[in-house]
Amino acid sequence: MSWEFIVGHLPYWLFITLMMTGLYIVVAKGNYVKKIVGLNIFQTSVFMLYISIGKITGGTAPIFPLDLEVDPETVYSNPLPHVLILTAIVVGIATTALGLALIVRIREEYGSIEEDVILDIEYRLTQHENAVHGDAMGGRA
Amino acid sequence: MAVEPAIEVTQIALTLKEQLPILQIVVPFVAAPLIVFFGSRSLTWPITFAASAISLWISVALLLQVADGGFISYQIGGWAPPLGIEYRVDAANAYLLVLISAISTVILPYARKSVASEVARRHHTLFYACYLLCFTGLMGVVITGDAFNIFVFVEISSLSTYALIAAGAGRDKRALTAAYDYLIMGTIGATFFVIGIGFLYMATGTLNLADIAERIAEHGGNRTIHAAFAFIIVGMGLKAAIYPMHLWLPAAYTYAPSAVSAFLAATATKAAIYVILRFVFSVFQPDFAFQSLALEFILMPLAVLAMFAASFIAVFQSDLKRMLAYSSVAQIGYMVLGITLLTQTGVTATIVHLFNHGITKAALFMGAGALALRAGSSFYDRIQGMGRTMPLTSAAIVIAGLSLIGVPGTAGFISKFVLVEAALDKGWWLVALLVVFSSLLAVVYVWRVFETLYLNAPAAGTIRQEAPLSMLIPLWIMALATIYFGFDTQLTLGAARTAAEGLLAGTTGMLK
Repeated sequence: MSWEFIVGHLPYWLFITLMMTGLYIVVAKGNYVKKIVGLNIFQTSVFMLYISIGKITGGTAPIFPLDLEVDPETVYSNPLPHVLILTAIVVGIATTALGLALIVRIREEYGSIEEDVILDIEYRLTQHENAVHGDAMGGRA
Repeated sequence: MAVEPAIEVTQIALTLKEQLPILQIVVPFVAAPLIVFFGSRSLTWPITFAASAISLWISVALLLQVADGGFISYQIGGWAPPLGIEYRVDAANAYLLVLISAISTVILPYARKSVASEVARRHHTLFYACYLLCFTGLMGVVITGDAFNIFVFVEISSLSTYALIAAGAGRDKRALTAAYDYLIMGTIGATFFVIGIGFLYMATGTLNLADIAERIAEHGGNRTIHAAFAFIIVGMGLKAAIYPMHLWLPAAYTYAPSAVSAFLAATATKAAIYVILRFVFSVFQPDFAFQSLALEFILMPLAVLAMFAASFIAVFQSDLKRMLAYSSVAQIGYMVLGITLLTQTGVTATIVHLFNHGITKAALFMGAGALALRAGSSFYDRIQGMGRTMPLTSAAIVIAGLSLIGVPGTAGFISKFVLVEAALDKGWWLVALLVVFSSLLAVVYVWRVFETLYLNAPAAGTIRQEAPLSMLIPLWIMALATIYFGFDTQLTLGAARTAAEGLLAGTTGMLK
């Protein structure tokens, strides 16, 4: 792996680091809000990946001059990935909002947003159900 | 050689017929905010039903136009693809559109009573708005010919699905954590999918599925395209609940309101399987060594594992809805198996099973909901002896249960027969045997339901009354459909063959 390769792919290294950080938080953290934060970091890494695709070396912002006389020599960056990511950001916000709303409701019902506490409550609910409704596998298997 | 489209909309389309593909999406999509805007509970259900019924009518009209193997290309806003977004209707997705809208239209009359008993009254308008959005999303995933557009529609349907599942919280608070778990896994899946699309865009510079396919066919695969393939399969696999990625499904289907379970089980995973089909066969070339290796050595064992492991877990459940959820995971195994065979018969088996399992599972979940309406829950000890107090509901459940096993004369038999035939064609007789053996597990779990319903005395404290007619009629429509499609295979198998031919040979004007 040459030095140019490493430096030339800088956005990708950032993308991979952020992506793994986000995924790790989602998996490893027991707090439901922190999981949502991890999810956000994970999604942001994808936004970065897309935005880096749009960059063309030497390219300028893809905006036509007012008189619409485009110099054929001008190189423009690709605006399409940016537009896609605008949509993806909106989707991300909707997901975050819905996730947080669910957390509020979970806190109302369970009195906690810690995964181990909630799993414990659900485990006891399942135990109770099994005792009442017959011995059988249940729970979150 | 590109196939000429049946109808090409080059300028702004003027006739209603030409506008059908977009109306398919716009009608339910506009109806959803309208419901919330009117805010009237008496108008909510009629608008929802009307939107769903209109969609059904449109999808049937579309299927009739493309049944001979042609396709319709609709350009949104008159922007020509590949730059503009294109809706592309061919036999494969027209078939899925009919399935989704038909199931929705049958479930809605059932949902009225069921939802009234399971969801608080003040939430009804929002509930039906979410339902319509979910419906729009699923239809959109299937109809669109643009890769990024698939992601947007997947998210529309997923976000509303999370809310719909959480609506079950009135009865059991675990609906909330089920919805939360699904939100986390669903978002990871959708994001993986979008990474895959990003890689495809990097490699090909286009988002139009037909265009991507053409460029991959011209230039061959490279590592970026292989990575895209992996991300897309894993992302959509999460949505489709392919075996080790199914963890969100049992809790979600168990605690969601019954009408939602019935709708999702019949349609949501099917739409994801369709996307996988579309990508594996139309966009990527399945004869690429990398793809076929991944399918044969990773997805095939997983599919077989799903058939056994999930069926085995289903046998030991004590709650009808949870049992049905695990059985769904097993049935998805059969569909994935059909894909991994990489033959036309295999794909036919997958597509026909999408349809047959859709109607079967819709009937079973509707039956479970009807039992729960009278028994308070769907635990076996609560619903036991219901064969006597609710004979019509129980009989419908048994008929659909037979179809789940694959007894000759039911729809389930047709799809398993085609699947076994496809496996034998390929010389995978061991796989064919495994399909038959795993069906024996289905016999066990369906027998347990039969035993509970008919061979036990009714539990104390349940309401001994048949389900209301508005629930019975949709339930019986689905139950009779499982028998009807067990005898008349022209519609299902015929359409599935055309669809499979289209996917493999490229009606979509992609490859040849």
